Amino acid sequence: MTVLAELAKGLAGGKIRVIDLTETLSPEFPHISLPPEMGQAWPFRIEEVSHYDERGPAWYWNNFSCGEHTGTHFDAPVHWVSGKDLPNNAVDSIPPERFIGPAFVLDCSKQAAADADFLLTQEFIGKWEKQHGRIAPRSWVLMRTDWSKKSGDAAAYQNYDETGQHTPGPDTDAVRFLVEERDILGFGTESIGTDAGQAYHLRPPYPCHYYMHGAGRYGLQCLRNLDQVPPTGAIVVAAPLKIRNGSGSPLRVLALVESR
Amino acid sequence: MLERPKRKNPVLRTRLPTLPPAARSRIALGLTAAAALGRFELQQCRDCGTVQYPPREACQQCLSIRLDWKPQPPGGELLAATVLHHSNDLFFRERLPWRLGLVKLDCGPTVVAHLHELVGAAPGRVIVAAKLDRAGQAVLVALPGKEANMAEDRQLREFTCDPKYRKVLVTDGKSALGQAVVKVLAAAGAELIWVGYAEPWKKFAGFDDLRKIPQVTLLPLDVTDSKNVREVAAEIGGKVDILVNNAEYHRAFGIGNRAGVDTARAEMDVNYFGLLRLAQEFGPAMRSRGADGLASAAAWVNLLSIYALANFPPHGTFSASKAAAYSLAQCLRAEMRPAGVRVINVFPGPLDDEWNQLLPPPKVTPAALAHAIVKALQEGVEDVYPGDVAQEWLARWRDNPKALEKELST
Repeated sequence: MTVLAELAKGLAGGKIRVIDLTETLSPEFPHISLPPEMGQAWPFRIEEVSHYDERGPAWYWNNFSCGEHTGTHFDAPVHWVSGKDLPNNAVDSIPPERFIGPAFVLDCSKQAAADADFLLTQEFIGKWEKQHGRIAPRSWVLMRTDWSKKSGDAAAYQNYDETGQHTPGPDTDAVRFLVEERDILGFGTESIGTDAGQAYHLRPPYPCHYYMHGAGRYGLQCLRNLDQVPPTGAIVVAAPLKIRNGSGSPLRVLALVESR
Repeated sequence: MLERPKRKNPVLRTRLPTLPPAARSRIALGLTAAAALGRFELQQCRDCGTVQYPPREACQQCLSIRLDWKPQPPGGELLAATVLHHSNDLFFRERLPWRLGLVKLDCGPTVVAHLHELVGAAPGRVIVAAKLDRAGQAVLVALPGKEANMAEDRQLREFTCDPKYRKVLVTDGKSALGQAVVKVLAAAGAELIWVGYAEPWKKFAGFDDLRKIPQVTLLPLDVTDSKNVREVAAEIGGKVDILVNNAEYHRAFGIGNRAGVDTARAEMDVNYFGLLRLAQEFGPAMRSRGADGLASAAAWVNLLSIYALANFPPHGTFSASKAAAYSLAQCLRAEMRPAGVRVINVFPGPLDDEWNQLLPPPKVTPAALAHAIVKALQEGVEDVYPGDVAQEWLARWRDNPKALEKELST
């Protein structure tokens, strides 16, 4: 039996389960905010074209609009200035085999629950590897924080106070370690941004964007259901829309998980 | 004095709105044009000085056709009063008895006026004012004095949109203006005030103060989100008597100093499409409640800008979005008219806020603008130009719009 035939059999027989790691696109879903004098990403908006009515008697459809970085979305290297001159750095030019890869899920949910500003460190990754094994090259590293469980409450999900946003993310050394020592495909989080809410104050600001994209790696954010993905062994399918020279795109992220 | 209206029995039929006679000659609309601004103007002959009433083509004294609309002193003598007990006009038939009188104005003519209940039997001194009726046309009312309360008079309440006892939606409670409007409305006796706020995950300054006002209910409302506007209208649209749309997106850019269309598009999305979305979702319910008792649907207030009349190039795309909103507000006025719901357009000069930081004073404070909005509701005017800059621009624009354009482009 071929590998793909095995896969098809596994899917049909339920041995391989498909976990949806995607938030639903809706106008209520919180979006990224920048200082008001800067350019802003459009939030997701939807307008009905017709609904079996005088505007179109037998059909229902909508027009929607949003920025490339809306809802559960993919960040391409060209998104950040550090990745602007790399080859194949936009969603349309990234080789398609990069859109499917193994995933390593680092469970930081307890730490994030205790501290919204929790930073994933190289030390944390070292301990995790002792328990679960070394992170393989060309893999997604997904930071499970269970932050997505707040996504029904936009205020808690955004978690703003007078000093800005407070959400967990990686610190600078962790990002450099994953890129330079583990050669990962990209980094994924459950909050808005692959960087922590307070990452503006890290050195450099937004280190995950800076180093990950500077090295031609990718980002996934606003993921959910990471608590249903095992620490190792899952395959993630994350193919962004093929936007010419696009810096990112909303997308459906799926994890293939083997049943024990 | 009016008593607080009884709570509506929700199983009774809501009567359909009727309007007083609305036909006017083009010349007679001069009275309406002045009344829309809260002014009392009559035609005056440039040759012999005679003040004319009713409006006419030629001077009743010397037959000159050089008649100019001029502000007139409002004092007069009530000659006779009468009470109407029968009318074939549907609007008055539903409101009988109705008190009318003849007033000899100090400036000359004798006019027919609706009488305030505190105006006693003839003869006696009165103050005459031109007010817009439910059809949006000017009529004359006789008041006992300058400070007469029209909102608490059974007859004259029809000519105001007073927020007292009424339920109001203020679409943006995040801005300093929105919060000032809410406070002035509460002080003016509004029964209930819904206050919208977009992007509910961002707590804003003043949120807790708003929540302390007993009439206030805060609700997430984003005028750029059609679905959200539809849902809010479904929830409260049938109860909103006055809608104050103060949601605004303002950036200080012309064409050349901001690349791309995103800012301009955001301005249009809030300032123009936001009004359109609100009008489509709240308009029908408000139109159905134009005659819903003493606390009927009464008014729709649009926050425009004096820049809607003539583009202010340093804020060029914002000006364009306000001009678009102004045009749409005229459409809304036409569509709300059959229900007797007044559309009030507010054209302030620059507001003293973040986005006018670099403009020199005078700038309108949020509190002053809020008072101007509520006063417009109480007095029932259609167009308000709050602030020194707005007043000055209005005068220049009325005098010569082309000259103003040239002055603003240098």
